[in-house]
Amino acid sequence: MPAGLSAPAGHKPVLDAADIGRAVTRIAHEILERTRGAEDVILLGIPTRGVPLAQRLAACMEQVEGRPVPAGSVDITMYRDDLRLRPARALGHTDLPSAGIEGKTVVLVDDVLYSGRTVRAALDALNDLGRPRAVRLAVLVDRGHRELPIRADYVGKNLPTSQREVVRVLLAEVDGQDAVLLGESPEPCLPGRQESDTGPSGRQETTPGHSGRQEGARA
Amino acid sequence: MNRHLISAGDLTRDDALLILDTADELAHVSERPIKKLPTLRGRTVVNLFFEDSTRTRISFEAAAKRLSADVINFSAKGSSVAKGESLKDTALTLEAMGADAVVVRHSAAGTPHRLANWVRGSIVNAGDGAHEHPTQALLDAFTIRRRLCPTGTAGATGATGSTGRTGTGGLDGLKVTIVGDILHSRVARSNVLLLSTLGAEVTLIAPPTLLPYEVSGWPCATGYDLDATLPKSDVVMMLRVQRERMNAAYFPSEREYSRRYGLDAARMALLPEHAIVMHPGPMNRGVEIAAEVADSTRSTIVEQVANGVSIRMAVLYLLLGGHEPAHSEPVRSEPAGVTA
Repeated sequence: MPAGLSAPAGHKPVLDAADIGRAVTRIAHEILERTRGAEDVILLGIPTRGVPLAQRLAACMEQVEGRPVPAGSVDITMYRDDLRLRPARALGHTDLPSAGIEGKTVVLVDDVLYSGRTVRAALDALNDLGRPRAVRLAVLVDRGHRELPIRADYVGKNLPTSQREVVRVLLAEVDGQDAVLLGESPEPCLPGRQESDTGPSGRQETTPGHSGRQEGARA
Repeated sequence: MNRHLISAGDLTRDDALLILDTADELAHVSERPIKKLPTLRGRTVVNLFFEDSTRTRISFEAAAKRLSADVINFSAKGSSVAKGESLKDTALTLEAMGADAVVVRHSAAGTPHRLANWVRGSIVNAGDGAHEHPTQALLDAFTIRRRLCPTGTAGATGATGSTGRTGTGGLDGLKVTIVGDILHSRVARSNVLLLSTLGAEVTLIAPPTLLPYEVSGWPCATGYDLDATLPKSDVVMMLRVQRERMNAAYFPSEREYSRRYGLDAARMALLPEHAIVMHPGPMNRGVEIAAEVADSTRSTIVEQVANGVSIRMAVLYLLLGGHEPAHSEPVRSEPAGVTA
């Protein structure tokens, strides 16, 4: 981490800015390789931190291929399965490339894969937006503890965690610095429920889960 | 946010901005091939209309259906109200049916407030007498923001760049002139309250007979001279002369009213280049607004109807989407900032 910026107390860094950069570069190359040059590929980030990740991947892929790769965002709030467990929440931004997703290969991008409920919601959201030819999933961190039959196609870092732990991804675009932090949660946190954000971003960020109690996963 | 939406005056600036931002996102749903979200599946919204309405009722109905809520339409005509059932008994019937939200319009001011004490669901005021019509004010503010506030804040620091929205923030400094039958207008009152909360400067222009007595206590300026005010207006909102509520002669003749307070092409030319013309509808072409003005590119009248659906979706979602209404975050508009 850059000097002057430090992890919140009780969190230990797992990836630093350079690690994140390398992971993003590798995922970008993997996507290019498996999609034969990313033809008809659209990167869709899941707010909040999936969106800057999708943009970074797109920039990296453009550098390699020499032509732009469309990147956007898809908000999943309205499709969550835990809406009734909390007060109504503010919506994120959905921004589809003008060509739409019909017949394209959509790569969903998120920061942390945990219960899989966010991705399930994203698949539902895509269903209402069009019919992609294929949907893939890229995540920066896979911390395990899936509750749904969902698997990532591109993973930046497999991070075996216990459910007591909290994984926090910080990105410069949102948090002012790049880092992945691992912390201890005071109470065991089941996948799909998340800590109330006391962290640097000041924003609540949760995966759809089965509980409205304190979250403990990612920010 | 409160559990009910009864007065535009109950909304804080953060509440209002949350509704506008939510509507901004939901507006895209109306452009999609599948205009439907699963969010309010299993919720019941009752449209309780004791007074005639076209656009408001249809708009609420469309909004609720796009969010997958079940909609029950109730109009006083052809119901037990015609047989003499009281408001309370009607309310208790709705309560027994398990309405999660009741959208109510009534000719008597205060009806939604009354209902709020009798039913467990959220009450949304869709117009009560000459009192308030908060969703109209919200859609007007939304229309103004979309037309006049610059797109996105992409250049701003940090997080805002990643979620470049259209038109964020309030209406600070915009000059809005509301013209016409203020006395009988619930739209005017709600707009004065909401637009001033959002930072706009509101001026009411009307014949002295059509300004309410208590207007001096409202957060707005008043005047009688339309021609002098137009060159300084960013928005001019024309109100319908509500003949059905007039039991006395408030002005000598329709023609004279139209000459002094109607917006025709010549008057529209007095407006600054960027200014827009609004009308909550239904309009009396040739009385408060000339046909050529209503159909000009500056008029937002059709846009207002489309925006009405987005705003009502936002209101229903924020009231019913969770186990309780949304909390508006005061720090929401600020960039997330650097870690300490």
